[in-house]
Amino acid sequence: MKARQKRLILILAGVALLGGAVALVLSAFQQNLVFFHTPTEVADGKAPSGRTFRIGGMVEDGSIKRDADGITVRFSITDTAKSIPVSYKGPLPDLFKEGKGAVVQGALGPDGQFAATEVLAKHDENYMPPEAQDAIDQAHKTAATVAQ
Amino acid sequence: MIWQSWSDFWSMGGAAFFVWGSYGVTFALIALELVLVLRRRKQVVHRLQRLRQAMKASARRKEIHQ
Amino acid sequence: METGQRFSLFRYAAPQQFYPLAGRLAPWFAAAAVVFTLIGLYLGFFVAPTDAVQGEVYRVIFIHVPAAWMSMFVYLIMAFWSAVGIVFNTRLSAMMAQALAPTGAMFCFVALWTGALWGRPTWGAYWVWDARLTSQLLLLFLYFGFMALTRAIEDPRRADKAGAILALVGAINVPIIYFSVKWWNTLHQGASVSLTKAPSMATTMLMAMLVMALAAWAYTIAVVLWRVRPLILERERHTEWVGDVLETSEARA
Repeated sequence: MKARQKRLILILAGVALLGGAVALVLSAFQQNLVFFHTPTEVADGKAPSGRTFRIGGMVEDGSIKRDADGITVRFSITDTAKSIPVSYKGPLPDLFKEGKGAVVQGALGPDGQFAATEVLAKHDENYMPPEAQDAIDQAHKTAATVAQ
Repeated sequence: MIWQSWSDFWSMGGAAFFVWGSYGVTFALIALELVLVLRRRKQVVHRLQRLRQAMKASARRKEIHQ
Repeated sequence: METGQRFSLFRYAAPQQFYPLAGRLAPWFAAAAVVFTLIGLYLGFFVAPTDAVQGEVYRVIFIHVPAAWMSMFVYLIMAFWSAVGIVFNTRLSAMMAQALAPTGAMFCFVALWTGALWGRPTWGAYWVWDARLTSQLLLLFLYFGFMALTRAIEDPRRADKAGAILALVGAINVPIIYFSVKWWNTLHQGASVSLTKAPSMATTMLMAMLVMALAAWAYTIAVVLWRVRPLILERERHTEWVGDVLETSEARA
């Protein structure tokens, strides 16, 4: 075997070995690499207890309510299967809307209420002009009425 | 037409800081990189030329001494 | 020179052949970059419509995505040249890798910077430690590490080898960046453009982004060719052909 081929094989073996090692490490730390937990995981008690964590999902339609103090906002975050009630005091991002994605950070109270200290909006990878969005919304509405 | 006027364009629907902050820094960095790269070429050529002159001169001195 | 004869297929891999070629090609790529940038900016700001959800701030995408793509591509090309350098012992490959690194780092920083300025008005935060953002930050440190390492070692051959190993090891991070949004829950949204599905963008928006990506490619090629030329002169300064180059450019300077 030529020295050149030996070096090539050495590199390929090294990269493959390293890739395997990295894959193992990443899958071992899967839980810590996750930025947020789903409401279903939280309801099943799979979320970390004793420390703050994040829940990600959709802001449930019709769930946003403001308390009489004018500062506290209450809403539910859902993955359509389970939903978690959240309370939060502070500024909300512009894209925070009912029916849109959001990630909340905070701690789960004993009453099952999630007290959030930070609210982030999560948007999707779709970009389109307002007219196209209106057309899609209209189509969804028609589909819904037909289904009824 | 998307924009009603130039001031409408520059205000970017209220996101002027974020949009122009992105484009401004990007083009500033590109300009900086170009300046650095082209200056480096000049520096290297000048340095190597001086080095070559010095070597030629010392070679000539040696010849004279021999 | 004997090696030049042996690799006749890679004629331009010989530094003395590549040097003038790089000088001839670079201005054309630079011109292409200017043209593509002007077209891309026109499409991005005057043709692409307002986004239904984000309004005008989404226009950051026209540099954010091309810069992020470029930062990953450049690292892979760097790793490729590093592997070629180790396997074939070609002199030019390490110089190419070292000429690529600063531009890759620049695009990596631009991706992070524009991402922060885009994140604040949409997500509500300049920075979060999700898998996508963290792995992209790691890429920036890998670029800095490569540049520091190759400059810190005096002996060029040892510097080349150390840099090549770092480039190859760090290349593992690139697929991690790319697939992070699929493998883990992240705040960062998924890819709008990929090989596996139709793009989820309005056509004019997509066109603007792709033209800007072409501009980034052309710019990278031009600037890397310009950067590798003095690198070649320095490394090959003891050869006769560099002497000839210095004599002729003396007349111009």
